[in-house]
Amino acid sequence: MTMPSQGIKPAIAPPTLWICEHCDTVYRRRKLGRGEVARCARCDAILARHHGLSISGMLALVITAMIAFVQANVWPIVTLGLNGQLISTTLWGCIVMMWNEHAQVVAVIASLTLFFFPIIKMSLLFWVLLYARKRRRAPGFRQVMVLLYRVGPWTMTEVFVLGALVAVVKAHMYFDVAPNAGIFAYGVLMLIITAFSSIDVRRLWDLTEETPA
Amino acid sequence: MSQLPRASDLGLVGCHVCRLVCRDVKSEDATCPRCGSALHRRKANSYARTWALLIAAFFFYVPANLLPIMRTVSLGDVDDNTIMSGIIELWVKGSPDLAVIVFTASIIVPMLKFVALALLLVSSQQGSRWGLRQRSKLYRLVEFIGYWSMLDVFVVALLTALVQFGFFSQVEPLPGVVFFGLTVVITMIASMTFDPRLIWDGRDFDD
Repeated sequence: MTMPSQGIKPAIAPPTLWICEHCDTVYRRRKLGRGEVARCARCDAILARHHGLSISGMLALVITAMIAFVQANVWPIVTLGLNGQLISTTLWGCIVMMWNEHAQVVAVIASLTLFFFPIIKMSLLFWVLLYARKRRRAPGFRQVMVLLYRVGPWTMTEVFVLGALVAVVKAHMYFDVAPNAGIFAYGVLMLIITAFSSIDVRRLWDLTEETPA
Repeated sequence: MSQLPRASDLGLVGCHVCRLVCRDVKSEDATCPRCGSALHRRKANSYARTWALLIAAFFFYVPANLLPIMRTVSLGDVDDNTIMSGIIELWVKGSPDLAVIVFTASIIVPMLKFVALALLLVSSQQGSRWGLRQRSKLYRLVEFIGYWSMLDVFVVALLTALVQFGFFSQVEPLPGVVFFGLTVVITMIASMTFDPRLIWDGRDFDD
C-alpha cells in the first residue's frame, strides 16, 4: 500500500464513467432503476447494482450482525454427550485446542478469518456508515475504506457454519451431539452476510462528500 | 461488441480500491488521488507472481492430501484419517449428501483452482482469443469458490475441540490439515494476484 503523500497523482477523469474491473472496458454511467444490474457487454461481469437498501438500512444490518456475532461467540456451538458427560465448545475453544495440539498455523488462520477480520470489518463498516447517513465522510474515511477493501475476501464465517454442520454429523457417528444456541446465531450471521454480499461498499465514495476540515 | 472502448486505449485507469476513473500517467508510482492506493494499468508482474504462488500452493497441496489430517482415538483404537478417507467414512457411516459437499469443497474446488488458474495463465500469456467470455467467467468462479475449501480445516478444528475425553476418546489434528490450510490461503492470494484484464489483452487485439 502506497502512502497517500507519495507518488504522482494523476488527474481525475469525468465522474461519468465506469470501468469494468475484469476486462477494462469503459462505459458511460447510467442511473439504475430498482433491482437493476448493469453488466459488462464484453465479459458479463457486474458493473453496478441498484440497491434497495438505504445507508440507514445497511447500518441496521451491521448492528444486527454485531449482536449475532457476540451471541455466536459467547454461546456454545455444539454439545456432545458421552456416558452422561456433556462437553460443549465455542469458536475460541476450537482455536485454543488447535493451538495446543500443534496446529498453530490453523489456529492463526481460524482466529483471523473467523474472529478478528469479521470484527474489524463490522466495526469499520459501522464507523463509516454512521457518518455516511448524513452524507459525510467519517474521520479516517480514506484509510478505513482501503482497509475494508483489503480485509474483504478474508472473512470465512459462512464456511465455518457449513463446517459446524459437517462436524455435528461426523461426531454423531460416535456420540450424542446436539447443536447449541451458538450455531443458530451463526446461522443468522450467515443470512446477514448473504444479504450484504450484493452491496458494493465502494459506492460510499460517491455517496459521501469530503467535509472541510 | 465490436466497438467497446477499453480504458488502456483511452488513456484511462481505474482505481481498484475505490473505483475512481483517472487519467493514466503511465508511471510506476502513480497513486489514486482519492484513496491513495497504488494505481496500475495492470497488476504488477501478474504472470510471474501468480505462477509462483500457484506452484507454491501445489507443493503444499501434495502433503495436504497424502498426510493424515486427523487422528481419532477411541478405546485404544487409533485411526488416522486423510481428507479422502474422511470423505469415504462420511459417505459410508454418516450422510452421503454431506460427503458430497466435503468432497466438492476439499477435492474438486482446489483441483479446479489449480487447473483453471494454470489454464488462464497459459492462454493469456499466449494471447489466445479462444473463449474470452468463458475464461472471464471461469476466473470469477475461481474467485468466488476460493475460500470454501477451508471447510475441512474447520471441521477438524471443531471436532478437536469437541472430543476431549482424555484416554477414552480423542481427536487430534495432524500435519495434513496445516498444509491444507496453507494451500487454501496461497491459492486465494494467487487468484487475487492474477489480473483478469490480461485475458482480454491478447496479441493484435482489435475486436
